[in-house]
Amino acid sequence: MHKALVMEADACTGCHQCEMMCSYGKVGAFNISKSVMDITAFDGGALNVPSTCTQCEGAWCMVVCPVQAITVNPATGAKEVSAEVCVGCKVCTIACPFGAINYDPDSGVVTKCDLCGGAPMCVEACPTTALAYMAEDSTGYEKMRRHAVMSAGLPEGTA
Amino acid sequence: MHYVIAGAGPAAVAAAEHLKELDPSAKVTMIGAQQQPPYSRMAIPYYLTGKVKEEGTYLRRAANHYEEKGIEFVHGEVVSLDGPGHTVSLADGQTIGYDKLLLATGAEPIIPPVPGMDDPRVQQCWHLEDAERIIELAKPGARAVQVGAGFIGCIILESWVLREVNLTVVEMGPRMVPRMLGEKAGGLLQKWCESKGVTVHTNTRVQSIESTPEELKVVLENGETCAADVVIVSTGVKPRIAYLDGSGITVDQGIVVDQHMQTSVADVYAAGDCAQGLDFSTGETAVHAVQPTATEHGRVAAANMVGNNSLPYKGSLNMNILDTLGLVTCSFGAWEGVEGGDSGEMFNEGNYQYINLQFKDDVLVGANSVGYHEHLGVLRGLIETQVPLGAWKERLKKNPVQLADAYVGVNQSELKVS
Ligand SMILES: Cc1cc2nc3c(=O)[nH]c(=O)nc-3n(C[C@H](O)[C@H](O)[C@H](O)COP(=O)(O)OP(=O)(O)OC[C@H]3O[C@@H](n4cnc5c(N)ncnc54)[C@H](O)[C@@H]3O)c2cc1C
Repeated sequence: MHKALVMEADACTGCHQCEMMCSYGKVGAFNISKSVMDITAFDGGALNVPSTCTQCEGAWCMVVCPVQAITVNPATGAKEVSAEVCVGCKVCTIACPFGAINYDPDSGVVTKCDLCGGAPMCVEACPTTALAYMAEDSTGYEKMRRHAVMSAGLPEGTA
Repeated sequence: MHYVIAGAGPAAVAAAEHLKELDPSAKVTMIGAQQQPPYSRMAIPYYLTGKVKEEGTYLRRAANHYEEKGIEFVHGEVVSLDGPGHTVSLADGQTIGYDKLLLATGAEPIIPPVPGMDDPRVQQCWHLEDAERIIELAKPGARAVQVGAGFIGCIILESWVLREVNLTVVEMGPRMVPRMLGEKAGGLLQKWCESKGVTVHTNTRVQSIESTPEELKVVLENGETCAADVVIVSTGVKPRIAYLDGSGITVDQGIVVDQHMQTSVADVYAAGDCAQGLDFSTGETAVHAVQPTATEHGRVAAANMVGNNSLPYKGSLNMNILDTLGLVTCSFGAWEGVEGGDSGEMFNEGNYQYINLQFKDDVLVGANSVGYHEHLGVLRGLIETQVPLGAWKERLKKNPVQLADAYVGVNQSELKVS
């Protein structure tokens, strides 16, 4: 059973530590514009909502990729982008209905959450329980998954 | 069970793999009218610029991928179909029987009926072989004229500029990508291309191409003439379905399919550029000749071939993203708006930035954007889920840039985001 990155907005204080660590892990610099974890603030910061790729089963990004640059890491279940294979065509960035895979003009390829190979740095950085890496059958994960299927609006197994 | 697929492009490969996932013991045969293993036309622009070698255009990387998955790949061209007899015939005389058949033969370029198009220096850009010929013709310093600035034209034009040719683009429509971008977005794209040294003629057609051994002269209806070493024709595509003449399969713009991707003939399905399937935005049928539709069609068709038409498809959302010399433009769904709908817009000409959102009541139905590349997928999410935007609609009308926030906001409604 793979673990999942579970995000709980109620516990997020909006400190942005996760984004800092994520960018550090991704590009070796503290630059939250390079983070693939995003914190969205509402009501002037009264509510902060973390979001990133849920490694959804539909995997629209992976299905649409014209050159098989996105593959599943069997150890973590994460859909990972190979920067060597990606040609930068961006078709995955419009196919993902969650907006969770994005083009980085500096590298010329797309980036997304890869669960840091099984030790997500955002979770390590989180000072509260807003981010956790836990068994997929936990309630939080089920809720998130239902939400993902719902918001994709497609019958399961089509994408 | 023997599933046969005519075609070996993205729609065919998506279908073949999904058939094997859903029905592992079935026999799956994929027939491709090409020398190469299954490849992506979409990757051709990167082959043209040298970013990838031929192998980099292949849909799957491992040489034994299809073998490993238990998918038989036959090089050959389907020339006719016998629906009642459940067989297809190939150009080499072979006949292949099927239990269920998927037609995924894609599209082919439309060559406009203009005198001079038969000169070997006039090239289409559709197959890998075309790309090889263009690489020979489009040497640095060469003068190139591209006929057509549709979405494929606007993707490949970057390749010519990166190959350091002097480029002129001729588009008969009033602006670049007229069927994907509105006036302001298309206008920005044109201004951007011109700022990068590309000459753009809109509102005019090519009247003739005159050839001398030294050069080609492209004569335009507006009276101008452009000298060229190579002419690239990119004036749209049409479904590649001539082999269906006499098969009894209903064809309109493309092969007409129902919500299960089934054609008018039993046990025959169609997917991708050759298929005229349900359009999510209009509820009618249309040909959406783009990669996301091809792969989605392929998977939905496979599910219905295995599951006896148990997966109704909600239709494909027409969508596109282009990167033209560093300017990213995109288009979704009913970007021109719908009757009784309204819209929100942000236009920053100096920064080459633009967003136009189209609503029906408080649901997003279409969008155009220029100069943005972050979280564009949420546009698809918002349109396809038809989620009511509530208070977010007015906010988006005032400031469309808040798109990603709106997406997170409406999907967190259980958390009572105001
Ligand atoms: C240069 C270029 C750039 C593009 N860029 C983009 C882009 O950025 N985004 C996007 O969404 N789309 C893009 N497209 C369009 C995209 O490539 C197509 O929508 C997609 O390839 C459609 O897939 P398909 O499988 O339906 O058809 P195709 O890819 O055309 O594949 C058809 C297959 O059928 C085979 N075939 C044809 N006739 C027969 C026959 N009679 N018998 C047997 N086999 C046959 C062919 O050999 C081929 O294998 C681009 C296209 C081009 C040419």
